[in-house]
Amino acid sequence: MLLSVEDLHVHFPLGRGQVVRAVDGVSFGIGRGETLGLVGESGCGKSTTGRAILRLVPATRGRVMFDGRDVFALGTGELRALRRRMQIVFQDPFASLSPRLSVGQIVSEPLEIHGVGGAPRERDEKVAALLDSVGLPREASRRFPHEFSGGQRQRIGIARALALDPDLILLDEPVSALDISVRAQVVNLLQDLQERRGIAYLFVGHDLSLIRHVAHRVAVMYLGRIVEIAPAHALYADPRHPYTRSLLLAVPVPDPARRRERAPLEGDPPSPIDIPSGCRFRTRCPHAQEICAREDPPLVPVLGADGQVRPEHLSACHFANSLPVWNNATNPEGPQPAVPSR
Amino acid sequence: MAEANVELAEPNAPGETVGPMIPPTGLAPPAHGTWRRLLRNPVAAASLVVLLFMALVALPAPALAPYEFARQDAGYQLAGPSARHPLGTDDLARDTLSRLVYGARISLTVAVLVEAFVVTVGLAVGLIAGFFGGLVDTALMRVTDVVLAFPEILLAILLLGLFGAASARPEASLVLVVVALGATGWPSLARLVRGQVLGLRKREFVEAARALGATNGRIVLRHILPNLLSPLLVAVTVDAAGVILAEATLSFLGIGVQRPYPSWGRMINDALDYYEYHPRLLILPSLALSLTVLALNFLGDGLRDALDPRARNRS
Repeated sequence: MLLSVEDLHVHFPLGRGQVVRAVDGVSFGIGRGETLGLVGESGCGKSTTGRAILRLVPATRGRVMFDGRDVFALGTGELRALRRRMQIVFQDPFASLSPRLSVGQIVSEPLEIHGVGGAPRERDEKVAALLDSVGLPREASRRFPHEFSGGQRQRIGIARALALDPDLILLDEPVSALDISVRAQVVNLLQDLQERRGIAYLFVGHDLSLIRHVAHRVAVMYLGRIVEIAPAHALYADPRHPYTRSLLLAVPVPDPARRRERAPLEGDPPSPIDIPSGCRFRTRCPHAQEICAREDPPLVPVLGADGQVRPEHLSACHFANSLPVWNNATNPEGPQPAVPSR
Repeated sequence: MAEANVELAEPNAPGETVGPMIPPTGLAPPAHGTWRRLLRNPVAAASLVVLLFMALVALPAPALAPYEFARQDAGYQLAGPSARHPLGTDDLARDTLSRLVYGARISLTVAVLVEAFVVTVGLAVGLIAGFFGGLVDTALMRVTDVVLAFPEILLAILLLGLFGAASARPEASLVLVVVALGATGWPSLARLVRGQVLGLRKREFVEAARALGATNGRIVLRHILPNLLSPLLVAVTVDAAGVILAEATLSFLGIGVQRPYPSWGRMINDALDYYEYHPRLLILPSLALSLTVLALNFLGDGLRDALDPRARNRS
């Protein structure tokens, strides 16, 4: 494992004893060159999880190991060294680039900070190569961010993240702010870069069809916890948590002839200040029983149809092994990707 | 993953060049084009001309003024305009034109020095308070509030009253005025800067810099400061008008720049005894003062519009 997150908590005190439990016990790992998709409704803590891993927000509890080093135990100097290897691409390509710096300055800043890339001339070459690798002309380096479209700006943000040749990039909804037509280009660019450079991605998003397209494994978050985590094909073919199923049912199917039952998920998730007892999804769960209010279900491996334990597929539901068979007929081909599928 | 690249995604597909550039949408663009927009605004352009004229008069004042400002031309008390004295003389037979020219020098010097002081202190306090927040912020802002709670002129009068008496030399009065106006002027700028910094430090590009390993100093200098320059420039321009007015007020009251230095405020005061028969003694320095103050205010407005053209289009 390149990155392993163990029992991560991020709590924000509100005063008067109230605490927002944004991330409330999250564990997962990411291997080299792997993409882990992290999905969930807005406010479920998926972005906060990513930012806590990068130490952009302080974690309350838990441990993050990156390539064998405890990230939260690092001193200032060590942390800076680590930042060369863990980078981030933000959701909003308009807000994440300094408006007063030229593209060249933005992309070369990581090189300057870490004193790599050599003399200014070499650095310029490196910047040009980076721009080239994200599909921008080298002349772009003299221009300013506002002269570019959303998709182009996101490419600038990706070039900045690539500058230090990181092992892991946190992609925080990297295409959510982009036009549909541009998404495919940026997603394919990201996949292409992963192939060439062996970068691992933590891909935070809420678009299940997109995540299916890009991720090797998928973790579903709800109210600060991971409720299900599995290899992408397993999660989409045989979801074992009612929340995952609701999300999959909510994905629109581009076929007007196919009438589906309404997605059962209604209302908003409970407040992370006041998390329900037992299973945190029970207030919205169609399968909730009396045990769900009493006991918090652990995230444990599910049993396959053959009765064998499937160690790769974990679900936090008391009824993970007795849910109705996932009826592919309601959604025979699964959610349709918003980007061209492979 | 990504075995297949769709044709759209060819990294260097010919369609994916930089142009056509998309017009700015979410953020203030960099300052280029500001000059063009500023000069296209007739009021701002005129103000700029007025101020340039003042500066061009003030800088080489000793070479430009026909007489030294304190020089008395015996026998020409309260003389009207003539070839010898283009704008006449005052009750002590001093050349009015020369005094106006030197007055410009004093007004502008005071304004520049005070603004330098205000920017230094205000920027430091505002940046530190806004960037670090917490207790530092609370402490600095309480001090700011206390200073801000006093009426500016009264505080300046108090300071000048306390320390002005101690110095008999008229040159020292200039320094005292600068210190008094600077000491009372920084809090409003500190507040402005703090507010801007509070907004800027939450922006994603600051978080991005942090994720890259940038130090606090780098974040402040490279990512926050450049974004402060526009509002700062506008604030300083408008504030300079207030400073010139305040200096004139103090001098008018007799506690500002001391005789024989020809501050415009002082000249207005001196003219009070004679204005019924020699109104030009009152009108000329008042005109110079009003023109300068007005020009600074208009220039400030023009700068605001030129630096942020979208805000203007919206209103």
